[in-house]
Amino acid sequence: MNKNFILYIAILIFGLAAPFLFPAFKVQLSILCVLIVLATTWNIQGGEMGYNSFGNILFYGLGMYLCASVQVGMFFPLAEWTESGGEKTFVHTPTQFFQGMAVGLVVAAVVPTIIAGLIGYSILGLRGHYFAICTLGLGVAAGEISGGIEIIGAGQGFTTPPFPNVGSLEARGEFFYFLSFFTLVLTFIAVRSIYSTRFKLILNAIRDNEDKAEAMGIETMKYKIIGWMISAFFCGLAGGIMGGLVGYIDSTDVAFDGREMGVFMVLMAILGGKGTLWGPIIGATIFHIFKEGFWTFFLGWQYVALGVLIVVIVIYFPEGIMGWLREKYPERFGEVVDEKDRKAQVELK
Amino acid sequence: MDFLVFQYPMITLQACLDGILLGVLFALIAYGMALQWGVMNIINIAQGDLVILGGYIAYFMYLYGIHPAWGVIVAPVIMYFVGIAIYKLVINKVVDRDLFISILATFGISILFMQLMNFAFGADVVLANSGYGTTMLFDNNVVLPNSKIFSAFISIVFAICLVIYMKKSKLGRAIRATAQNARAAKILGVDTEKVYAATFGINAALCGVAGALISITFTIHPYMGLPYTIRSFMIVIVAGLGNLPGVAMSGMGLGVFEEFADYILGTEFRIGSVFLLLVLILVYRRFKLSRKREYLK
Repeated sequence: MNKNFILYIAILIFGLAAPFLFPAFKVQLSILCVLIVLATTWNIQGGEMGYNSFGNILFYGLGMYLCASVQVGMFFPLAEWTESGGEKTFVHTPTQFFQGMAVGLVVAAVVPTIIAGLIGYSILGLRGHYFAICTLGLGVAAGEISGGIEIIGAGQGFTTPPFPNVGSLEARGEFFYFLSFFTLVLTFIAVRSIYSTRFKLILNAIRDNEDKAEAMGIETMKYKIIGWMISAFFCGLAGGIMGGLVGYIDSTDVAFDGREMGVFMVLMAILGGKGTLWGPIIGATIFHIFKEGFWTFFLGWQYVALGVLIVVIVIYFPEGIMGWLREKYPERFGEVVDEKDRKAQVELK
Repeated sequence: MDFLVFQYPMITLQACLDGILLGVLFALIAYGMALQWGVMNIINIAQGDLVILGGYIAYFMYLYGIHPAWGVIVAPVIMYFVGIAIYKLVINKVVDRDLFISILATFGISILFMQLMNFAFGADVVLANSGYGTTMLFDNNVVLPNSKIFSAFISIVFAICLVIYMKKSKLGRAIRATAQNARAAKILGVDTEKVYAATFGINAALCGVAGALISITFTIHPYMGLPYTIRSFMIVIVAGLGNLPGVAMSGMGLGVFEEFADYILGTEFRIGSVFLLLVLILVYRRFKLSRKREYLK
């Protein structure tokens, strides 16, 4: 506990100091925070619950559109805004921008959670690969349909409100960095506290054998929906931040980007190790560094590299980094069921 | 929203005929999907990309002055070896594993193929012009391009040939035996590794035929693969594995559904409606089965 506490403080201080230590990488660091949030929350139902979803991108994209729409719609007519495209006739004052962002993020987090709750009962009754394909279908359908809706920009995209002029050029990067870092900390605390409760054990029971879990008297459907809703909450939040950060929303290339973000979150969690607390975080960090390297040095070939990376990780490394560490050093990284119990066992030996 | 389609019977007829001719093609792709799913227990997300690759082979023949209809013969031959290569490199490592692993691995292949095709052939929407003209029916009220009739005819021919091959040939028997019980087949001397490779190759060849036909009748584009995968998946789950008449019927049904969705909702919602239909079908099946305390397996 003590050692971990020091580690957390160190990471927190590093996180707070990072934008000032590496001012050139502020946007990259913010994206990293968002990626970690996505991977960690995918892991709740992908890793712990065993429901491998390709559809969390649905909540991410919804959050993105909702946050931007609320931010614009609170002060200006939305239809005129999207119609004007790049040339803005309306300008947000700083107060309007931050108010809109705050309300927008709340909406972006709450509405996907409600939607997850509503569709959860129907979708989560599917198992295994049917669930995976069904959620893949949901994500792509959402992208295709939102690409046809006129008021949120249809095919031409939606420009989110530009950051207001508050005097400092660095302000935009710092604002989005701290916003995403705060979300990351919030996610981490939430996920960590979830993982130390009975709820996590129930999720693991569902993963290991759902029928048996049901036979033991666990209302599996209720817990599955709750797990899915927690994922949706943070995905929506991450989407809202990402929309502001990118500054432009396109239905299939930015928001409901199943080909990129939708696969990334699965891949990051698998790379780090499914079903562990730190796995998705480590996986997301390594993946982000890899990805930026590819995107910078092999421009044009990045998807080829990505495709090869997916195949290699999935075939040769399905346990992930944490899984490998667990196997190699079970004393340090193995799952501790009960400290007292384990000590007693060691003494017996 | 345009309900003209219901007021004029000729438009309805046009949509139905278009849908059926399109659906035959879907059924051909879905048959390949059902084959590999049944035999190897993998779901191939790259199915649609194999189709598009087959289409580009026909398109290239068209570019070099050969009639694209010959692509129907050339594309499956090339695609068979592409399929074998994919099997040897990737699929044989995921055959016995969890289905989700195969989904993710083939997703990777799909992304890889998309981008490679984008490099090799460019991101333009292309079609190979067959120059077959059109057929007018019912006082010129219903217009059917001859290429569509040709493609439906060729698909049916290939499907029938394949069914006969699966019934009569030695390899076909081995494939069916492996699908029934891989272990027992192995004990009785069937080289299952070879059977798997052949199955994947045949599936890729079917995709090649379908792709060549699609490049003649419709358009192809490097990123258009995923909808074909989803369509074939949908057809297979509606029809069930190894139910060939079912695959044909549900393929045609899907084609008709798509044409009507196109007329009623507008072209921009066409692909979206296909994906939504998949979700609805799965949810419907789930509720139907949950009454018996069962789930989709």
